Amino acid sequence: MATLSRIHSMRRRMATRYGADPLHLLALIACFALAGYAASRVVAAGIWAGFLVWFVGAAIIHDLLLYPLYTLADITARRRPWRRRRPPGPVPWPPWTNYLRVPTALSGLLLLIWFPLILGLAEGNYHRSTALDTSPYLGRWLLVTGVLFAGSALAYAVRLRRDKTSSGSRIHLRPPRAPRSFPKG
Amino acid sequence: MLLAGIPIIAITGLVSYAAYEPRLPGNETTPERGWLGFYLFDWPTHPAWLYRVTQGVHVVLGLTLVAVLLAKLWSVIPKLFTWPPARSLAEAVERASLLLLVGGVVFEFVTGILNIQLFYVFPFSFYPAHLYGAWIFLAAFAVHVAFKLPKMIRSLRSRRLLDELRTGLDGTRPEPPDPDGLVPPAPEAPTMSRRGLLAFVGGASLITLGLSVGQTMDGPLRRTALLAPHGRAYGSGPNDFQVNKAAAAMSIDPADTGPGWRLELTGPRPTYLSRAQLLAMRLHTYALPIACVEGWSTEQTWTGVRLADLARLAGAAPGTVEVFVESLERGGAFGQASLSTGQVADPRSLLALRVNGADLSLDHGYPARIIVPNAPGVHNTKWVRKLSFHPAAA
Repeated sequence: MATLSRIHSMRRRMATRYGADPLHLLALIACFALAGYAASRVVAAGIWAGFLVWFVGAAIIHDLLLYPLYTLADITARRRPWRRRRPPGPVPWPPWTNYLRVPTALSGLLLLIWFPLILGLAEGNYHRSTALDTSPYLGRWLLVTGVLFAGSALAYAVRLRRDKTSSGSRIHLRPPRAPRSFPKG
Repeated sequence: MLLAGIPIIAITGLVSYAAYEPRLPGNETTPERGWLGFYLFDWPTHPAWLYRVTQGVHVVLGLTLVAVLLAKLWSVIPKLFTWPPARSLAEAVERASLLLLVGGVVFEFVTGILNIQLFYVFPFSFYPAHLYGAWIFLAAFAVHVAFKLPKMIRSLRSRRLLDELRTGLDGTRPEPPDPDGLVPPAPEAPTMSRRGLLAFVGGASLITLGLSVGQTMDGPLRRTALLAPHGRAYGSGPNDFQVNKAAAAMSIDPADTGPGWRLELTGPRPTYLSRAQLLAMRLHTYALPIACVEGWSTEQTWTGVRLADLARLAGAAPGTVEVFVESLERGGAFGQASLSTGQVADPRSLLALRVNGADLSLDHGYPARIIVPNAPGVHNTKWVRKLSFHPAAA
């Protein structure tokens, strides 16, 4: 019994010092052991330098490259530096951000996945493999992009029309939207 | 989605490793694998469509989950800026494992997606990097799931899906502050409801899926693969289906495939056969898929001589021998392949001479190619010049 309680208190002491249950540490040690063994195979394959560069690059490419890019694009679009002041009409324009954001993001995603094909970056390999060339892909991507934007514009037009017809009867029932926290001033 | 999808991608990936029958001579693409390339069974020839399905799922599901993965990475961005980065040793060690998690998952997606587009910009061979990278990722993924599963269940239970589906933008409120610092302290007014975000990410996945899944199908649906490297239409002739490795690229000399071509059989009774002699043998016709590691597949009707009959001709007993197949091609990584005893013995395993009623075209392997049910595409060797039957190693 005495040893049991000693183990128990040791476990608690360790948990306080380490910051989590000892099982947490065990699981992580197992994780690093397996990952370390896999890394040793990478070394044995003689490809460790390139592998390491690509692995670290993969770990940061979203957070330090893609995220700043798409966030900046999103903020810029919402602030609309190209905006012209319109006289306030009787009906406020329904929020349009997502009608621009969604087709742009979907088209961007397809480009992100298929850019080597769309831009013909592996033309030589592609021709050697398939006996064809990559020329149709740019057009196909543009076609999909066009359909996405056209669909979005159509959806916005429908929304606008619906808002207009319903506002005729219950314009006062619709509470004004809370002002956005931007643009400032 | 990722929790369900990633294990499926991992398992189909490891299945593909086994499908290459890496124990057999010439088939191993990752010789230094150690314990990491284990497999539990010999690769079967039944059902013929198995590899078509597993590898199609591996590639197409991977593409489909890109949107979900990006949404996941986007949603945890605030963690990147938490300060101090770790409040305890435990947290510091766990964050180190997150580097393996994020690096691993993006590494696997990027190498896989570039590889199917034949965009070989990475400074390493695809097979070892994708296999070892997968194990590094899976190690971190397993502990991440073990640590976070209770929390995920709690978060999912904190909201009712039906309620969220009824909540529009006007009713969308920010998440209450959490102890982990995942919730922004001063969020801007929402521009998208939670149901909107779900539809956004789901729609992005469906579009990627819809524009690529056609590469695994035959018939008119194949034309829907607008954005997939190997979903192309060649025409309507018997040989107009997807080519992978054109004859010109593999330096196939037309002189070698002409009337002077002979198939060399080695075994207890070595012999040479001309194409006319092969055509005079008993021919069999089967509809079999050809399914590539890059995810595309197509079923065609092949006519040729059974490998088992060729083994007998060479004096070997099907069921006891493997075959080492050599091609006329030069410079390719798969100019040779070994087929197992089971593959040689299957009556549908052919040395194909014709396809869809016509002679094979040069790009599809004229004068003769291998077609084995359920084998990965690269083991269906084209432009075969030599079959070496040898007893299976015990």
